[in-house]
Amino acid sequence: MTSTALRESVATKAGTGRASPRLFRNPWRHPWFLEGFTWLYLVWSLVPIAIAVLFSFNNGKSQATYQGLSIRWYWGDKVNSIWYNPQLHAAIFQTLKLSAFTTVIAVPIGVAFALGINRWRGVASSSFNFIMILSFVVPELIFGVAMYFVFTQLPGFKGLGLGTLAEVLGLVTWNVSWPAIIVQARLVTIGKHYEEASADLGCTQWQTVRRVLLPLLVPAIFASAILVFSGVIDDFVIVDLLSSTAATQPMSVIIYSTQHGGNGGPALNALATVMLLMSFIVAGLGYAGYRLMTRGQRIDGQQALVTIAGGD
Amino acid sequence: MTTQAPPQPPHTAPEATAEGGRPRKQKPYQPNRLFWVLLAAPGMLWLAILFVVPFYAMLAIGEGKLDRQTESPVAVYNPFAWSSANLTNVWRDLFGSNAFALQDAWRTIWYVAVAALLSLVIAYPAAYFVARFAGRRKAIFLVLLIAPFWISYMMRMLAWIDLLQTDGYVNKVLSFVGLGNTDWLGGHWYTVVLGLVYGYIPYLILVLYAGLDRIDPSLIEAGRDLGLGRVRTFVRVTLPLSRQPILTGMLITVLPMLGDYYTNTLLSGARSTSMIGNLIEGQLSIPSAGQGAILSLLVLLVLLAPMIYYVVATNRSSQAAS
Repeated sequence: MTSTALRESVATKAGTGRASPRLFRNPWRHPWFLEGFTWLYLVWSLVPIAIAVLFSFNNGKSQATYQGLSIRWYWGDKVNSIWYNPQLHAAIFQTLKLSAFTTVIAVPIGVAFALGINRWRGVASSSFNFIMILSFVVPELIFGVAMYFVFTQLPGFKGLGLGTLAEVLGLVTWNVSWPAIIVQARLVTIGKHYEEASADLGCTQWQTVRRVLLPLLVPAIFASAILVFSGVIDDFVIVDLLSSTAATQPMSVIIYSTQHGGNGGPALNALATVMLLMSFIVAGLGYAGYRLMTRGQRIDGQQALVTIAGGD
Repeated sequence: MTTQAPPQPPHTAPEATAEGGRPRKQKPYQPNRLFWVLLAAPGMLWLAILFVVPFYAMLAIGEGKLDRQTESPVAVYNPFAWSSANLTNVWRDLFGSNAFALQDAWRTIWYVAVAALLSLVIAYPAAYFVARFAGRRKAIFLVLLIAPFWISYMMRMLAWIDLLQTDGYVNKVLSFVGLGNTDWLGGHWYTVVLGLVYGYIPYLILVLYAGLDRIDPSLIEAGRDLGLGRVRTFVRVTLPLSRQPILTGMLITVLPMLGDYYTNTLLSGARSTSMIGNLIEGQLSIPSAGQGAILSLLVLLVLLAPMIYYVVATNRSSQAAS
């Protein structure tokens, strides 16, 4: 495809004989226009966030005009600051709880699934792999609605009801594809030689997995854990549909329902800033950890950054 | 450090120890298939119970009945007893005389189409620049490019809610240059589309960057060396090579956009901008939940083809890698 396209284009060039390089223009000049565009994009994408963070330190009640620096929306205000409003700080703990539970359940299941599916090739394994990738692309609303029906209608699940358990079960299903996909990709690059060698040396399959494959997979497992954890912090649709009372609503849902209910204010910006800080800490730890685990391999910082963000 | 306690796959230990006494000298490496099946089993079970069954439950509720006394939908799990009442109702909403659902469906399609194209037009040049020309400053560009990915969607919406208030900074700047005041949050399509673009562009840009970064620069250099101009090198070499990332990126932004109900709730809230997602979400807690189920299934049906395309493309590329 590539080489054909190239050959074709070169052929037309040569055929028409118009291949006269314009010497007066440096063909490798820096694309200033593109660079300017990129900067504009970055300003557009990041400055609003900076302003929103600034508003969390607003001394007034307004979301529109800045009235001086203060930390009243964090712990000064006796009614509506994060520190004093039980709903707001409960939301922080709910988010952390959901992230932790989901990561602890989804990552082992996903890793085991990836190992099994990738090494056991058959009709059943490929159909389950298909279902797994389908769970990765199905619109979250549709999946959330299906889960909502499970916990409000389906016998056996109806008794569990909506709430933290429903949220965790939904989030695990939604996120299990991250470790499953990332670990499978890594397994493909590892190849089968290590397994064969360890089998030759007398290891059982279980020993091979535990002593050979899992250590090789540690960076991939770690990256997927980071992705799941931060993905749950950011998640909105599933937790919105599967939470019941305000006590089981994480930060994203509290921000949405409070703002939508017309009670928006700088306290929400403060909550969102806490959320931002949490995500950035997770990302920072993820980056540092991934670099540490892959040192000695040919993975540079940029590659690590893209992997931690799930871009591979 | 690296070998320390990686998460252990659950439920496999007993089988594995039972297997420990296998003869040592196997001639070719012949792994026991059962071991891999057992390893995959928890995940398969989980997906079967909590991914496949929920969709069947949704179907059962969509094809189910309404309990007139409790005003709640009743699921019917036997396909032979399915009723088409909900389907008929949804059909009437979509194509009947006062077809409000069809309007929402068209609006969704055109909002998403405009937002997706706009995202691509903005994201591609930025990703292209960072992947190809950022040079030594690549790391800093990359951090800035990926940063929104770590900023929650609600935070990003909140940022624009602040800016777009009637007495907010956008209007202040606009009235300073004499463009007057606009009631941005008063239910306008352009605010919703802007919100969609702003909300989903980080996912697109990441996919595009990863794809463009993988293009071998020597191919582009070859094109240039062989006398192609800047534009033609781009059209004949770079663009064909970025077809796959563009398709994947579009899919990864369009699919969630189609199920979006929160962006336009927050940025407009007006009935005149509501999308199919609002319709589905709004029907959940009321007696017509069955219609919400049917509507979800219809959306799923429409999206099945692009979703399967994505799955097949992912499989193909992972097989090519092996």
